[in-house]
Amino acid sequence: MEEHVQLTPLERYVTRIGEKFGESAIENAYINELAKHVPTLVIQKEQWKEVARFLKEDESLHFEYLSNLHGIDYEDRMEMYYHFYSYKHRQNLAVKIVLPRENPSVCSVAEIWGGADWSERETYDLLGIHFAGHPNLTRIMLPDDWVGYPLRKDYVEYDEEV
Amino acid sequence: MLRNQPPTESVISPAPEIRTEEMLLNVGPQHPSTHGVFRLVVKIEGETIKEAVPVMGYLHRGTEKIAENLTYTQIIPYMDRLDYLAAMTNNYVLCHAVETMMGLAIPERADYLRIIAMELNRIASHLVWWGTYLLDIGAMSPFLYAFRDRESILDLLNELCGARMTFNYMRIGGVKWDAPPGWIEKVANFVQYMKKELPNYHKLVSGNEIFIHRLAGIGQYDADTALHYSLSGVMLRCTGIKWDLRRDESYSLYDRFEFEIPTAVEGDCLARYWLRLAEIEQSLRILEQAVQQFPADGEIMGKVPRVIRPPAGETYVRIESPRGEIGVYIASQGKDKPWRLKLRRPSFMNLQILPHLLVGANMANMVAILGSIDIVLGEVDA
Repeated sequence: MEEHVQLTPLERYVTRIGEKFGESAIENAYINELAKHVPTLVIQKEQWKEVARFLKEDESLHFEYLSNLHGIDYEDRMEMYYHFYSYKHRQNLAVKIVLPRENPSVCSVAEIWGGADWSERETYDLLGIHFAGHPNLTRIMLPDDWVGYPLRKDYVEYDEEV
Repeated sequence: MLRNQPPTESVISPAPEIRTEEMLLNVGPQHPSTHGVFRLVVKIEGETIKEAVPVMGYLHRGTEKIAENLTYTQIIPYMDRLDYLAAMTNNYVLCHAVETMMGLAIPERADYLRIIAMELNRIASHLVWWGTYLLDIGAMSPFLYAFRDRESILDLLNELCGARMTFNYMRIGGVKWDAPPGWIEKVANFVQYMKKELPNYHKLVSGNEIFIHRLAGIGQYDADTALHYSLSGVMLRCTGIKWDLRRDESYSLYDRFEFEIPTAVEGDCLARYWLRLAEIEQSLRILEQAVQQFPADGEIMGKVPRVIRPPAGETYVRIESPRGEIGVYIASQGKDKPWRLKLRRPSFMNLQILPHLLVGANMANMVAILGSIDIVLGEVDA
């Protein structure tokens, strides 16, 4: 019956990050039951860079592997979704960041996880989310002179003929 | 005149005076060794690569955008066209994501059919890699053997679902077609045949000294680098990390089978070569057990609502494809179409390390390093 005494992984993450960056860094924390019960944190946009570095470097968190990152257009806001894995502690973590719909911008984590580089470029390319501090934020799938961001819900195809 | 005389000193050691200059070399997008439409702009000095810039997107069809206007079942054929060498795992990962959201139970028989199809496809995919990789580095005949055996697998899959490569076989809640009479026996026979055939592959290539010297120590990196660049599959296991989602985050019925996760520590092209062949062996083991355990009868479709509407919310699932970790993210608003579908493609993620591996490498090794990553461009560009 030790489980009642021990903190769940989610509580542990919240406490650890809360101690370091204050309560305000985490906007929300919950278990996402639809995604195989993955602990999910909604991190405040301004503090994301420091929290990200902490997620990777802190011994008790140690999320050294970025599985996936992408953005979602919800029409009234944009969201970033990151999925991490810690091979050391064998634990999953999802992180979300809410961005404004107009000029969405979030700091790049490409220098923390090298695997974020192309995914951030892809997100920029298709959704128009700007990643501050990215070493080479250019289009990756579409031609450089493409107009607009196709994955946005209000995207209209630009036609030269019209 | 000069040629007949013994070489003078200036002829023997002109090395310091050879003027080299940087030059830009364009590779692809139409080149057999890029395995599709992939372009590399390589800056070389002499024969050493100074910089390599990958250019992609030639095969970008906007699958994620198209999917937003399709029902979940309609997306399945699009998944076939991402990684067209291993479409079964792509089929599965999408169905698995929706089933996870809806909490659907899959009939046992359907799960076994899925696993048999996926493992057959994994072998076929590794065979294509084996053949084309050796073709890349200059051996012609292995390609013919690999494609002969792969064709037997494609025949089996064709019999199961009516297509050689773009299967469209799985459905949310089960599979579309039951195994035709005698099919399971044919799979069992193939497994026995392939088990006998695999040692010949090693005999033909693996022990060849030229081949070993060609690949050992090429394209090498360590475990920390692999994790930093989000590598998965063989690209990760070749650095000594024992990690396979089939076992470590088991899905479907994989926890019912005994199999090893082959790993190596060298992290070079040769290690990746050995691992892919070792994985064929393990897939054959799984197939052998699956054929034995295959239920005599049962449903192939679970109880699924007529219109598939996952509950509002989001999910992210990942499974082990032949190329590594393939993941699907779905944001649902409770409608019959996804609000957002995101595909985590292993080829795209694994390719990220290429520019770093190429810097300082010899130009002649470029094709060997690129080939060892095992990319499919349909998946890189999505």
